[in-house]
Amino acid sequence: MGDATTFDLRRYVRGQAQSNAVWLALMALIAFGLLRYDNFGGAYNIVSFLNYNSMFIVISIGMCFVIMTGGIDLSVGSVAAFTSVVAAYLSPWGIEVALPGGILAGIAFGAVNAFVIILMRVPPFIATLATMLAAKGGALVLSGAQTISVDWGSNFTKLGMEKAFGVVPWTIVLVAIVALAAWFVLERTSLGRTVLAIGGGEDASVLMGLEVDRTKAFVYMLSGACAGIAGVFLASGFGAGQPLEGVGWELSAIASVVVGGTLLTGGLGSVPATVAGALLLGLVFNILNFENGRGTISLSAYWQLVVRGGFLFIVILLQNRVSSARAAEDH
Amino acid sequence: MSTRLESASPATASPATARALRQLRRHGGLVALLVLVLVNIAITPNFLQLQTLFVNISQVATIAIVAIGMTLVIATGGIDLSVGAVMALAGALAPLIFLSPFGVAYPALGLVAAFTLPLLAAMACGLFNGFMVSVLRVQPIIATLILFISGRGIAQVLTNGNLQTFSNPSFSYLGTGRILGLPFQGWLALALAGLVYWLVTRTLFGRYLLAIGGNERAARLSGVPVRRVKFGAYVICAGLAGIAGLIVVAINSASDAGRNGNLMELDAIAAAVVGGALLQGGRAPIFGAVLGAVIIQLVKYTLLANGVEDEVALIAKAFIIVVAVYLQAGRRE
Repeated sequence: MGDATTFDLRRYVRGQAQSNAVWLALMALIAFGLLRYDNFGGAYNIVSFLNYNSMFIVISIGMCFVIMTGGIDLSVGSVAAFTSVVAAYLSPWGIEVALPGGILAGIAFGAVNAFVIILMRVPPFIATLATMLAAKGGALVLSGAQTISVDWGSNFTKLGMEKAFGVVPWTIVLVAIVALAAWFVLERTSLGRTVLAIGGGEDASVLMGLEVDRTKAFVYMLSGACAGIAGVFLASGFGAGQPLEGVGWELSAIASVVVGGTLLTGGLGSVPATVAGALLLGLVFNILNFENGRGTISLSAYWQLVVRGGFLFIVILLQNRVSSARAAEDH
Repeated sequence: MSTRLESASPATASPATARALRQLRRHGGLVALLVLVLVNIAITPNFLQLQTLFVNISQVATIAIVAIGMTLVIATGGIDLSVGAVMALAGALAPLIFLSPFGVAYPALGLVAAFTLPLLAAMACGLFNGFMVSVLRVQPIIATLILFISGRGIAQVLTNGNLQTFSNPSFSYLGTGRILGLPFQGWLALALAGLVYWLVTRTLFGRYLLAIGGNERAARLSGVPVRRVKFGAYVICAGLAGIAGLIVVAINSASDAGRNGNLMELDAIAAAVVGGALLQGGRAPIFGAVLGAVIIQLVKYTLLANGVEDEVALIAKAFIIVVAVYLQAGRRE
């Protein structure tokens, strides 16, 4: 019993090492890219890289909250595809209507997830799997299985092209706002603490009188909202609502969260590290593209899947050391 | 705790409805099958024809075979998302082998290799999954996610993403052969189901499997070799997925790594759950999984034969999965 404080300290140090590992890896990859490729640090590469990855960063932030409660949300990719169709239909009224519309559509799917998981007591994995199918079906029905082109006359497509204050594209500004808000909620509000408490031990949280059901409803709706934003980015950035997009996005998001050091069992996690994880995953492919461009390697698109899986494997191996040490302490 | 309270309250309110609900839960699968058949007889043109039976048997066999393996994994409290990718991998390897110079030079040997090597590769995938889950103690969803992503990628890299067509009657027997007038793969699925049923109910492995799903810590403390049994479950599951992958390739006389087994994990999980498997483990209703596979296939066929669009069929499938799991959750006590 007397060792409790030293164990906590050790756990803290491990946690720190874990979250810092992401930043170290990120910096190492950036340094590698800067030294090896001429255009890597150019404004064009940076902006297009961030623009493209903004969708994945937003989804990863929502996923991070879900995973911190010990749950999972497999529906994000399909929901983003659905909301991209919704946003494309709303695009004639401009981004002021399309963005809230897309977010609301995403929240609606999140609410369905929350209902099925909390009230019907279906495991999150199965519930969100079903929503994944339903959202995909819904997107195809809504769009008539066609890509829906957006209205180029309105300001809808300016989201990814026009720059805020002439410096950064609006998508990146929006992602930054979402990340800061999420970080604030997690670290500075009782809601955020409850999210972590649920992941740490749901039964204990119930017994402590925490608003477990309401908090879980919040995280699934947040994840839906994030998927909604990603869908709007998708429609705006590519000029079309795409009902068939989003396949495998949930995996990228889960991988980003895991790379960011969030434990899959819940109870521990960080928003900045998740963002770093998403950037890291994106950067791996950015660098692979540069290598392909230089002709040193020639990897077909199929290799990307293999690389992605291999990367996830390595991350899990690394994280396993932390979580198994933690599990050993718990027993 | 709250689950018990909720399901206990209707019992006090009205015993008759509670009994009906319990009966529905116990025999829900058979009731659903009966309803589906009756609905089809009523609305689907030409439903009561041998051709319909053949089409459905040849389609259901692959779902059933994968669902049997999935049931074993679910019985340990796990899940295997990689079955579709493993099907693609096994399916991609077989034509590569008998179309290779070696396979052309020695057709008989090549054929044997085309059956065994893909199955060994599939079982190696199962070993990997088992290693991740039982040795590294990674959550099964995440552990099998790795091969779910990269397994299909490997298959596509091997075939360069090309469709491989071939003409090899002996290999195609797996998908087009008939015994007593019924498709060969239907008999194969039944035989495999019988074998796995025997494994679950009559062997030590089966007892251990259910013990682990019931309470893993208790099983470990009472000396059950938890690691080995879990390895076994994942290897058998992957091996069965490999067989299913070969069947799909044999049916089409072509291997498409991008499509073989796509979304099969969903069908298999749905079939297992509809058949009565509990996601938290401890139950392995093998013939239930076969029944579940028949139901899933019949739902697909009903929607397809009546001109319902694929998109709506997806929504219907989502609905079935949720309802099945919801009814299962009530059966826990």
